[in-house]
Amino acid sequence: MDAFLSLFANNEIFTPSTLLHYWDGLVTTVHLVFLSLLLGLFIALPLGILQNSKSWWINKPIWLFVYIFRGTPLLVQLYLIYYGTAQITGIQETIFWAVLSEAFYPCLIAFVLNTAAYTTEIIRGSIETTPKGEIEAAKAYGMNYWQSLRRVILPNALRRALPAYSNEVIFMLHASAISSVVTIVDLTGAARDIYAKYYAPFDAFLFVAAIYLCLTFSLIFMFNKIEHKIMAHTKPIRHS
Amino acid sequence: MIDLHGYGPSIFSGAIITIEVAFLSLALACLLGLLGALGKLSENLFLRSVATIYTTIIRGVPDLVLMLLIFFGGQIMMNNVSDWLYEQYKVDIFFNIDEFVAGVFTIGFIFGAYMAETFRGAFLAVDKGQAEAGLAYGMSRSQLFRRILFPQMMRHALPGLGNNWLVLLKTTALVSIIGLSDMVRLASEAAKAVHEPFTFLIPVAGVYLALTAVSEWVLKRLKAKYNSGYAGTH
Repeated sequence: MDAFLSLFANNEIFTPSTLLHYWDGLVTTVHLVFLSLLLGLFIALPLGILQNSKSWWINKPIWLFVYIFRGTPLLVQLYLIYYGTAQITGIQETIFWAVLSEAFYPCLIAFVLNTAAYTTEIIRGSIETTPKGEIEAAKAYGMNYWQSLRRVILPNALRRALPAYSNEVIFMLHASAISSVVTIVDLTGAARDIYAKYYAPFDAFLFVAAIYLCLTFSLIFMFNKIEHKIMAHTKPIRHS
Repeated sequence: MIDLHGYGPSIFSGAIITIEVAFLSLALACLLGLLGALGKLSENLFLRSVATIYTTIIRGVPDLVLMLLIFFGGQIMMNNVSDWLYEQYKVDIFFNIDEFVAGVFTIGFIFGAYMAETFRGAFLAVDKGQAEAGLAYGMSRSQLFRRILFPQMMRHALPGLGNNWLVLLKTTALVSIIGLSDMVRLASEAAKAVHEPFTFLIPVAGVYLALTAVSEWVLKRLKAKYNSGYAGTH
């Protein structure tokens, strides 16, 4: 332990100013990931429900959106939105430019659309696997489609979607590292700055890897807790 | 047709690089995945913990961070290794970690961890009686693995393997960040030079979609092949 502490006492890299830089990066990463997931979920929920519709003019466009965003790299999507929006003629005169000229918002849009596509697929899949008996029971009670969706199908489907969604959240946390490519100083961006300043790749990147590892494990722990809680009714009863 | 301002051939050569990186790292990932899975299932505590630490850490850290670490740190580490070799044994070798090597190693190393999980589950799904029957026939451990476990394991591993491959294919785009002239890098440079991002990046997205579609078709064929003999599982 003493050796460990002296390691921190005699270092030139992890000074308060670099630690503060990492902290700012952490704030940006959390901000970006949280907003992307929240907005993505808002888009994905209706899309996931609508994709189970039987009319092709509703489910085909959604299928296309999901197929394109899941089939291409996030980096390409980010470049398209980041460089692409700036090239739309006349956009620099509109009010949108105030938002799009900063790197944060094009990046947020790319992340939101990407996570929305993946989440749509998760929700569609879990609605599709609703046991027939549950829907029949809802019908037998005289519920119409919206009532059965709200009271029976969605609550169970969202529960079943949780494990896959927790993977998506972790995927998004890891994917957010590429925001450093478009000049955003997130955690990875901070590590790249500090690498460039001290030319110390191991210190800069191993430290940031450890932070990501902690974030990932906290997320896994949190999702396990939630899953345990909302899936409690499916667990065998313990007689104590 | 779209006017690529003469950048067409160079972006096509980038596409070849993307495919090369993808296949080489897939081979490395499968190798590491098999070793990782055998390690995780081994009775040796040391091997088991090494494999567990490997799969846990890799899956907790973003691929880009690992790639930057291996690209920037790998050369320093390799220089230290060659210095040490020279001092100890007077062997003079120089290892060069360029973008291609760093990219393939990182992607292979990352997906090796995911493959290890896939293969582990697949090995566990093979009926125990099969291995016992093999032993009863007097097969050695390697014969047992080659003739009994591996072919049956593949059937269970294929869906996970296919998913990993589709994710891996898209992860290859990251090598453009460390400077390898793959499809994404060449296209984004051309886009910046001509100020037409859509002209170059949309075809690149199209190539990825096409590669995904081809992969899905091949995977379907493979699945049919490994599932032959199991009625109603197609």
